[in-house]
Amino acid sequence: MKSMLSLSDVSYVYHTKRGETHALDHVSFDVAEGEFYGIVGPSGSGKTTLLSVLAGVLKPTSGKVSVDGKEGTLGAVGYMLQRDQLLEWRTIRKNVLLGLEINRSLTPDNLAYADNLLKKYGLHEFSSSYPHELSGGMRQRAALIRTLVLRPKVVLLDEPFSALDFQTRLSVGDDVHRIIKAEGLTAVLVTHDISEAIALCDKVAVLTPRPATVKSVFDIDIAENHDTLARRDDPEFAKIFKRIWKELEVHEEEIGESLSPQIPTQSTS
Amino acid sequence: MKKKSVSPSHLKYLRNQRRNKGVVVTCQLLLVVLFLGLWQLLADKGVIDSFITSSPAKVWTTFAQLAKGDLWRHVGVTLMETVVGFLLSFVIGTVVAILLWFSQTVRRVLEPYLIVLNALPKIALGPLIIVWIGAGKEAIITMAVLISVIITIINTLTGFISVPEDKLLLMKTLGANKWQTLWKLVFPSSMPTITACLKINVGMSWVGSIMGEYLVSKAGLGYLIVYGGQVFNLSLVMCSTVILCALAGLMYLAVAIVERVVTKAMGL
Ligand SMILES: Nc1ncnc2c1ncn2[C@@H]1O[C@H](COP(=O)(O)OP(=O)(O)OP(=O)(O)O)[C@@H](O)[C@H]1O
Ligand SMILES: [Mg+2]
Repeated sequence: MKSMLSLSDVSYVYHTKRGETHALDHVSFDVAEGEFYGIVGPSGSGKTTLLSVLAGVLKPTSGKVSVDGKEGTLGAVGYMLQRDQLLEWRTIRKNVLLGLEINRSLTPDNLAYADNLLKKYGLHEFSSSYPHELSGGMRQRAALIRTLVLRPKVVLLDEPFSALDFQTRLSVGDDVHRIIKAEGLTAVLVTHDISEAIALCDKVAVLTPRPATVKSVFDIDIAENHDTLARRDDPEFAKIFKRIWKELEVHEEEIGESLSPQIPTQSTS
Repeated sequence: MKKKSVSPSHLKYLRNQRRNKGVVVTCQLLLVVLFLGLWQLLADKGVIDSFITSSPAKVWTTFAQLAKGDLWRHVGVTLMETVVGFLLSFVIGTVVAILLWFSQTVRRVLEPYLIVLNALPKIALGPLIIVWIGAGKEAIITMAVLISVIITIINTLTGFISVPEDKLLLMKTLGANKWQTLWKLVFPSSMPTITACLKINVGMSWVGSIMGEYLVSKAGLGYLIVYGGQVFNLSLVMCSTVILCALAGLMYLAVAIVERVVTKAMGL
């Protein structure tokens, strides 16, 4: 399959008054078109830094990032931040149009596309509602649509569900997964939650502690097109979970701090 | 958006709330009546010397006399000075805050100066203002502006800078430039700080204009108060003070209404 997103030897160093922090150390991987790529790693390893580099918000200290064969990513990737970051004083529709306003591309064509997405994903009747009138799940969906209206080739997700309670988290995860697959997009998901990564992703990369490098990549061989809730019940799920858990545990021993254990949970009763 | 069916217990709650509000308003009115009554009574009985303390009846007579004369001119002068001072300090304060927000270097350069200027009692600048600007209403407006502009800059800038980092990151990922970030994110999210600051400024600009009038004026409520004091017409002083209270209250109300309209229009 065609490679959509590719990193080669990407390093990133933060400079502050107190010194320098090597966050990323020669990170390389490829994400194929239409793939849902997961990244798990110990806390503070450099996951957010990695996504910021992918989003073009941070310029890598060295190395190259390219999307669809072209170097540089700003504009070609959409970034879904932790928490929905909807602006409380804007209606849902105005929130969704924020990116287009900024790009000065509020063309009739794009407006129609935005309204179409709102309709398709059940937010049309909330178009003129304000964010605080929506549930956490619906807000997250609005944030995703805000990203989608810019027609990105790749969507980056930085622990987008971590603010939600467990029940909502499962269904919103499924929701976002479904929408991204339906739109045929490539996605990179960063998460602390191993089971979330396995349920949603086609591949999962495990990072080392800081400075982060890719330690190993797992192919998630659970039947495609399954909904993510059903994937959690697959016998394969627990096996992969254990392998990734072990892989991370090694790091935990190395740095001597604990990652909160996320035991795979039966989602259907 | 909420359903209209209300449970009996909720009705009871609403009734209680209404009754509570009624009690508060009644007490507030009662307090005024009691105060005025006692004041009048003590003056009538000669317990207090109404030459020095005046009395509600005397204040009222003074007011009636003034109202036939040029009271409204005096009110108009002070009101104009205060409102112009208020609006100017808002505009200047906001513009400077925006400039400082744009450049961190300028911000760091000017920070100590702002702090010193803020701590300086502005009345100390009175003589300078008179010499530089002249002893007219311009000097009074300058006083009103000076007294509130520094704190407006500081408060507004604090509001601008306290916009959450995550929201700024969002604007960055959407490719926003600094102006877009300012208008679409920083300004709207600082609205609460700005309106709170405006409410404080109402009081500040009255302080400025009255203080200015003490120094230079030939008309205005501050002038009436000073004049009344000099000729020992304390009824005039009391009367002007009461009018001042009423005007300041009304101006606060006006700002509060503007605040409510703006926040509603913004959907907050
Ligand atoms: N702006 C910054 N300036 C300096 N150092 C930073 C900055 N941002 C992050 N770091 C450091 O870089 C390292 C990686 O941070 P990053 O946020 O990418 O990790 P993370 O894997 O996303 O962590 P978490 O699991 O807590 O979300 C951390 O040690 C952090 O302290
Ligand atoms: Mg992070």
